[in-house]
Amino acid sequence: MRVGILYSRIRKDEKLLLNELRDRGHEIEKIDVRKERFGLESTTANVEDLDIVVDRCLSTSRSLYATQFLDSYGVPVVNAPETGDVCADKAKNSLALAEAEIPTPATEVSFTKESAMESIESFGYPCVLKPVVGSWGRLMAKIDSRNAAEAILEHKETLGHYEHKVFYIQEFVDKPGRDIRALAVDGEPIAAMTRTSDHWLTNAAKGGETKSFDLDGRARELVARASEAVGGGLLGVDLMEVGGEGSGEYTVHEVNHTVEFKALDAASEVDVPAEVVDWLEAKAAAADDEATEATA
Amino acid sequence: MTSDTDALLAEDPITGEEIELPADVEVGEIIDSPVTGTELEVISLDPVTLEEAPELEEDWGE
Repeated sequence: MRVGILYSRIRKDEKLLLNELRDRGHEIEKIDVRKERFGLESTTANVEDLDIVVDRCLSTSRSLYATQFLDSYGVPVVNAPETGDVCADKAKNSLALAEAEIPTPATEVSFTKESAMESIESFGYPCVLKPVVGSWGRLMAKIDSRNAAEAILEHKETLGHYEHKVFYIQEFVDKPGRDIRALAVDGEPIAAMTRTSDHWLTNAAKGGETKSFDLDGRARELVARASEAVGGGLLGVDLMEVGGEGSGEYTVHEVNHTVEFKALDAASEVDVPAEVVDWLEAKAAAADDEATEATA
Repeated sequence: MTSDTDALLAEDPITGEEIELPADVEVGEIIDSPVTGTELEVISLDPVTLEEAPELEEDWGE
């Protein structure tokens, strides 16, 4: 197949994917979104005859726009722009999970310092303040006291981009020193790992120690439902155990749409890039069938 | 860095020193400078050209 890769930098994740695609003899069109222009009817990017395009943009804003333009030209793209739109914004992400009745941490959004303070006080201490757009644990605040809350809110309101004036406030979930990342394709888990740290942030990007994890039936069910809630695709579903390690009860706090998988590939015995490419091949074949039916 | 007979040579854009890159590097790839640890981006392969990688932006991530 002929595969397009939307990117702006090649990380180890993209390298793993590119190597697997090349090993299988697929033709690759690397599309550096920094160098291309996207018009209403066409693009400078070479997207002719691509069977599928994989969005691997590191920048969320570029990811959202580039996938939307490609989709408008009728180019099959994963993940779909609708999925990206929901996953890129934590507020939309929480709403989608709640609407699907998936357990997710209690969350409020407020737009002023005063109303944010009311949200924080209603949750009590500690609680968590997150940027609506962001990743890798950046700019996350665990708020332990009213004094800290006042200082953080004032800084955000004074120094921040307008998005930082959308205060996304969440209950603090007392997880057992670890959370769970599951990588799934259209709701079917490929592999999962725990991320463990003494710090309240356990992200692998923050140095959390990773270890392969076997999802139980309940976790698999939640991964499938969370995937469906955001529109499906290649996703990283993040869960926390509620009620202690191995309790079998979970809350889903986030679904990621340009998911990194190098840490999972290293932690797991599963050949993650091979599984991802298996899925891409199936998606490309399905898109081809749809196009054939449409022209029949 | 290991000595690899297939390794590519390039100039570190910050120090001007010659550095070795893995033979399979590709355009767009980010590598750590063995001299300074700075992230460098592979701009071209023929000849091999490196630039200091862009600073992390607020909307980067997954």
